[in-house]
Amino acid sequence: MTESPQTPLLEVRDVTKGFPGVIALSHVNLTLGHSEVLALIGENGAGKSTLMKILAGVQEPDSGQLLIDGKPVRIDSVQAAFDHGVALIHQELNLSDNLDVGANIFLGREPKKNGLIDKAKIREDSRDLLARVGLNVSPDTIVERLPIGQQQLVEIARALSVNARVLIMDEPTSSLSAHEAETLFKVVKDLRSKGVSVIYISHRLGEVKELADRVTVFRDGENAGDLGLDEINHDRMVQLMVGRDVSQFYVRKPHSPGEVALEVKDLVTPANPGHKLNFAIRSGEIVGVAGLVGAGRTETLQVLFGVEPAVSGSIEVDGKAVRINTPIDAIDAGLALVPEDRKLQGLVLEMAVRTNVGLAGLKRNQKKLGFLNSPQEGADTTEMISKLRIKTPNEQQVVQYLSGGNQQKVVLGKWLSLNPKVLLLDEPTRGIDVGAKQEIYRLMEELAEQGMAILFVSSEMEEILGMSDHTLVMHEGRITGKLSREELSEEAVMQLATGNVPQESVA
Amino acid sequence: MKKNLGILGLFLVVFIATAFANPDFVNAYNLENLIRRASLYGIIGIGVSLVIITSGIDLSIGSMIGLVGTMLPYLLIEHGASLFTGLLAVVALSASIGLIHGLLITRLKLQPFVVTLCGLLIYRGCARWMTGDSVQGFKGNYDSLRYLAIGKIPLGTLPGIGEFNLPVPFLLMTGLAIVAAIFLNKTIYGRYLLALGRNEQAARYSGINTDRMVVLAYVLCSLVAGFGGILFALDSNSIQPDNFGSFYELYAIAAAVLGGCSLRGGQGSIFGVVIGAAILPLLRNSINLLGMPTTLEFAIIGVVILAGVIVDEVVKRMAAKRRAALAAKQASGS
Repeated sequence: MTESPQTPLLEVRDVTKGFPGVIALSHVNLTLGHSEVLALIGENGAGKSTLMKILAGVQEPDSGQLLIDGKPVRIDSVQAAFDHGVALIHQELNLSDNLDVGANIFLGREPKKNGLIDKAKIREDSRDLLARVGLNVSPDTIVERLPIGQQQLVEIARALSVNARVLIMDEPTSSLSAHEAETLFKVVKDLRSKGVSVIYISHRLGEVKELADRVTVFRDGENAGDLGLDEINHDRMVQLMVGRDVSQFYVRKPHSPGEVALEVKDLVTPANPGHKLNFAIRSGEIVGVAGLVGAGRTETLQVLFGVEPAVSGSIEVDGKAVRINTPIDAIDAGLALVPEDRKLQGLVLEMAVRTNVGLAGLKRNQKKLGFLNSPQEGADTTEMISKLRIKTPNEQQVVQYLSGGNQQKVVLGKWLSLNPKVLLLDEPTRGIDVGAKQEIYRLMEELAEQGMAILFVSSEMEEILGMSDHTLVMHEGRITGKLSREELSEEAVMQLATGNVPQESVA
Repeated sequence: MKKNLGILGLFLVVFIATAFANPDFVNAYNLENLIRRASLYGIIGIGVSLVIITSGIDLSIGSMIGLVGTMLPYLLIEHGASLFTGLLAVVALSASIGLIHGLLITRLKLQPFVVTLCGLLIYRGCARWMTGDSVQGFKGNYDSLRYLAIGKIPLGTLPGIGEFNLPVPFLLMTGLAIVAAIFLNKTIYGRYLLALGRNEQAARYSGINTDRMVVLAYVLCSLVAGFGGILFALDSNSIQPDNFGSFYELYAIAAAVLGGCSLRGGQGSIFGVVIGAAILPLLRNSINLLGMPTTLEFAIIGVVILAGVIVDEVVKRMAAKRRAALAAKQASGS
């Protein structure tokens, strides 16, 4: 049988997969053509990851068929997936970062000569593979010395080394800077032109628009729809993902800002000792901080919250100067920080919802001799579960079993139970699904309305445009511009974020 | 309490099996001895569990017991120090050692294993050098003080056991266990230790002074080890500086691990540790009474601990799976 151009490279037919107590995939279908970039999107829990694990040989389906070049195949191990030309690039990179690039590319498949590893061959072959992904580094470089974007390219080179025809990429840009992401897009487009097909999973719809030839949407473990090249737009994608019309995705109302809640004067952070930061936020105001990864936004929030001490400068809360050297000082001054990495910095994952919600308030609520105030903790938890609509079986549920969105709500609940004056949010919707995102936006609105001052860092342009009353834009450690609602546009932000600063507005 | 059922079951199985196999096991004299040993191990186990909960370790406990145990009779008998001075000196020494451990670990970011391993060597060397390696003892003095370690409270005749006296260390251990359990479960400081043991960074971001809490854990651990050292010395009355307390850190750590403390931190139950500490002398006693070769003693103890830890891990995995399924059900159902 000759291969007709109509035969898809990869086809998933009627696949069902269940786990104890839950159906992860129910009769789903998916096709991937030759030289095609297919975006697979859906909320968390829609079944994307399960399908990817099935394709990569990590799990087997309960029923249904996988076809490659029109022929049914069984992919029951990672090796079998490799043999069929399918390779998965995990969200968290799977590199041994203490080894060099060449060793990583050929890990487990080292070419041998006289029973020893043939380093010369590794070096030679690695150079070819690295050239194919446009990465200009020596195969002898230790992986941990490479920036994260280049590490990802090493992983792609490894996939190519097993002659992968289908590359599955799970949230590949989640930890890349804008520039690194651009490079990645180029590589993906280049691979497509050379006959490699890509299944691209992402929450970032802007990327999907840029890269995808076609979009497949999953919802609750089922097919929710497919979009052809000319149908791919933001609203259609969101609508299919959440299953309802979302013309009101951002729920902005006009705010009436009050007094200045937080004022920062000549603040110098250890990460960027050459620049002084000056800005103010009023109560009832939502201020966005835009910029590229590495612009110093997270570092600024960390100094405000006392995680890192400031080099110099002053911070005023409600007009009173405060000294913030530790998070304890910041909390006492009425600040709260929802950090960038909720699993590492926001939550104690192995502990209960209740314990996590109560963690920051232990000291404030303590009884005599440091005894726990259990009734208070219980009441706070109950309030936060209902107010933030945290989906959890009960307050004793261990946080790691909750979805990303619900975990983020637990972090928010921890801080809101302290009723802070200023809420600092660092990438508040990173890695959470569309439904939970919208709930968090609603909550930000509600808190601003009640008079809280909110400062949020975001790498998602739509979030900045949709949510902020004012926008601070940072570039390489300094604030390159402050945009009011009227001045705010994608172009204005990008100009400032890339350091293209009009002469008169240098801060 | 549920999480301690496994260790409690193991204890009861060994206990009942030995009682059936050898009637001598349940005689009052044997039980009194067993309870006294178990209580002393329990005390040092409670101390080290506080450190293990912070995801740390203290390997110096045995040598600390050696140092405190030789230093107290050395000061009292050889130097004629007053009882107050002697006790004050060893308590202050214990607290200082813990403070130094804690500061090296939090300020210089040294690994607890390395710091306390060096401590193990240093304190043993100090004990031998100070005393010229000669055996120390209380030489028939301080009987009222020794009551703390060897005293017994008559409880009258118990059915099947005979005239039974409760060893005083059991009361000391029980008191310490109650205080420690309240500290760990009912105060914000206990919660701080559990939280930072699991995720130091998240605890710090939540406004917890994690460094100070870690130092506190090491100070408490060393204080308790010093207290244990005093009791062990009062109990033995013949203290060899070169080996008194040797390996006791491992007994204490084994008790903590058997009792449900994870070496990864953030987890532990004082009741479990107390039972865990009792299993070690119980096993040793059983090996003797059942006529097994005493040369196998360590091997048997090792196998039993390993088996206990394996069963515990399997049970935990099953529980985690159940919880995950429950959460998935909840998420898909709503």
